[in-house]
Amino acid sequence: MNAVELAPPAPVPLVEEPENYLSVSHTVASWLLTTDHKRIGILYLYSILFFFVIASFAAATMRLELLNPQGGLVLSETYNKLFTIHGVLMVWFFLIPSIPAVLGNFIIPMMIGARDVAFPKLNLMSWYIFIGGGLFALYSIVSGGVDTGWTFYTPFSSTYSNTHVIAMAAGVFVAGFSTIITGLNFIVTIHKMRAPGMTWFRLPLFIWSLYSTSVIMVLATPVLAITLALLSLERFWGIGIFDPKLGGDPVLFQHLFWFYSHPAVYIMILPGMGVISEIIPCFARKKIFGYHFVAFSSVAIAVLGFLVWGHHMFVSSQSVYAGLIFSLLSFIVSVPSAIKVFNWTATLYKGSISFDTPMLYAFGFIGLFTIGGLTGLFLACLGADVHLHDTYFVVAHFHYIMVGGMVMAFMGGLHYWWPKITGRMYPELMGRLAALITFIGFNFTFFPQFLLGYLGMPRRYHTYPPEFQIFHVLSTAGASILGVGYALPVIYFLYSLRNGKRAGANPWNATGLEWQTPSPPPKDNFARVPVVKREPYDYSPFEKERTQNV
Amino acid sequence: MSEKSAAVAHQFETIEQQREAATLGMWVFLATEVLFFGGLFMGYTYTRWSYPYTFEQASHHLDATIGGINTAVLLLSSLMMALAVKSAQLGKRKPLVTYLLLTALLGMVFLGFKALEYHEDYVDHIVPGIRGFNFEGGSPRHAELFFWIYFAMTGLHAIHVTAGIIVITVMAVLAWRRSFSSEHFMSVEVTGLYWHFVDIVWVFLFPLLYLAGHR
Repeated sequence: MNAVELAPPAPVPLVEEPENYLSVSHTVASWLLTTDHKRIGILYLYSILFFFVIASFAAATMRLELLNPQGGLVLSETYNKLFTIHGVLMVWFFLIPSIPAVLGNFIIPMMIGARDVAFPKLNLMSWYIFIGGGLFALYSIVSGGVDTGWTFYTPFSSTYSNTHVIAMAAGVFVAGFSTIITGLNFIVTIHKMRAPGMTWFRLPLFIWSLYSTSVIMVLATPVLAITLALLSLERFWGIGIFDPKLGGDPVLFQHLFWFYSHPAVYIMILPGMGVISEIIPCFARKKIFGYHFVAFSSVAIAVLGFLVWGHHMFVSSQSVYAGLIFSLLSFIVSVPSAIKVFNWTATLYKGSISFDTPMLYAFGFIGLFTIGGLTGLFLACLGADVHLHDTYFVVAHFHYIMVGGMVMAFMGGLHYWWPKITGRMYPELMGRLAALITFIGFNFTFFPQFLLGYLGMPRRYHTYPPEFQIFHVLSTAGASILGVGYALPVIYFLYSLRNGKRAGANPWNATGLEWQTPSPPPKDNFARVPVVKREPYDYSPFEKERTQNV
Repeated sequence: MSEKSAAVAHQFETIEQQREAATLGMWVFLATEVLFFGGLFMGYTYTRWSYPYTFEQASHHLDATIGGINTAVLLLSSLMMALAVKSAQLGKRKPLVTYLLLTALLGMVFLGFKALEYHEDYVDHIVPGIRGFNFEGGSPRHAELFFWIYFAMTGLHAIHVTAGIIVITVMAVLAWRRSFSSEHFMSVEVTGLYWHFVDIVWVFLFPLLYLAGHR
């Protein structure tokens, strides 16, 4: 988090570097008061990595605890607090801001040919609000933690839990406003800041997916905010709306919570899909197959995603008829996701494919997301869900989407745009190795959990019958491999900051306006406002070298 | 870039682009606000649907006269706000300041009446959690729920009114210091959008809370 570390490498004496967004100023104040979308993206990168590390340690402790059927490493209450910390921090302080606030902030204005987002000061404010929310969450953890799980279900959270629920809820509440501001900024930026000639159907698909994400952020997050506010009022004053004693209803909390949290799942995957739509055409040297379908499937996911929340509540006393409708709608929402997977695959067909690191992550994404998506259909099925509800099957399913999908895409995007962000290349061989290790480690960690869940192991329990031990041991072993897969990039990324090869403006010979400006980009991104005359993904498999406009 | 006036922020090309961005930004924010209040409206709808009789009885304990006056006050303030935006468009400084101050004043009158009402509720023992909640007619517990929701909804609305008054006052000061022109007035315009939204929320709150069961 120390902003001074972010200073770019010392200038090489022989080459006179043009002034860029990193070299304009090196003071701490220039970082903390910056309104440059690129610097704000980097502030977010450091912040979310900080929370990722804490949440990962919580996960690691849980995996160690689960090595033994009787546990023994931590107390039951501690275990409850660990999975709450892991869930809350990973969802609200890592995954939701991961691609939007880091890569989105950095890349969106450049992709559409703008000097900055529409509201740069609000953008900086969103980071401070995020940090404020993070401090509440950290306070809650340090002062003893919370044992409700990331879902904060009532009446446990409102009446019975003796932990710091209000502080944690306040943290999520506050961080939610940073999400809303980011979403608002992106919507206005994409509507009003596009360069001349950048029509809606010339926009890169990353923009379409981030636009859809922003719509969800703006419309879903406030519902979570008011729900958590009511939960805190309930806990503090006994306001009664979720309390059966006064005639309130705990299931109402679940409805309101999932009205936010199911769309939030799409906040955590749509941006990843956007990154994959950028990487695949570039490393297959081919125009994306079915541009309009991929673009509108993002919008379809954003719309349909609001109509399926009840599939989290099939066993909650919700009406069976409502369950039927929610089940049908949940099957329907899988269609646009499938469209994307088919179109990416069709793009690869007869492409001139190279296996650079971002592409390896993209392949990993397609495979793991497909497994995660298909197992989601099991859970959308009313009968199967009664058996699988609240088991490790669910845990495995959403980790295939969130980690196998979103984190893979985040890593892929980070590698893809790293040369643009820092002006340096990372070591390619190490990159490929890390991508491979991540993929192997991930499957070792989470595939056994599908089997565990199917056999009946419930989630959030830290003791279990001895016959499940083999799966837990496999999972923990996989998690240690996964840990190596995440630690490696941190090391070689930091190494590349000083020692990486200079990247040049367009190391991947990619289309897209962000590659038409030097790396790292100047403070205002473009010397002149670019004029767009071409379709996106204008790749040709026979073209060896695209002329570089340095 | 040389022809850009000083009023245009560096990320924009023209003043129209900046104005459109500001307005769209406020509309998106208002969409957020609709869903923020939406959770409470959902809670209200569900609980009233569960306990229609008690909710109607409890609603009779609210002062519909003050509520009605307050509705008129807010609608009048919306008119003042609209006139302020019009004056800003025409670049008329003194009417702009006057209308903004009138809007803020009417907002304060609204809050004054609201405080009076809260005081009456306090005297009548219908503030849950304070001084012994006492209610006759219908189920007291469900009535307590009604009043919790009443205070949550009107309280959240009052917070929004307060924020609006502060922003409008700042706008009046800026207008007095000649910060706006017929070219550059988007701050006034988006403040106006916000203020109309706050009024519209009240237009829904008033019949739902005060007039439930009135025939």
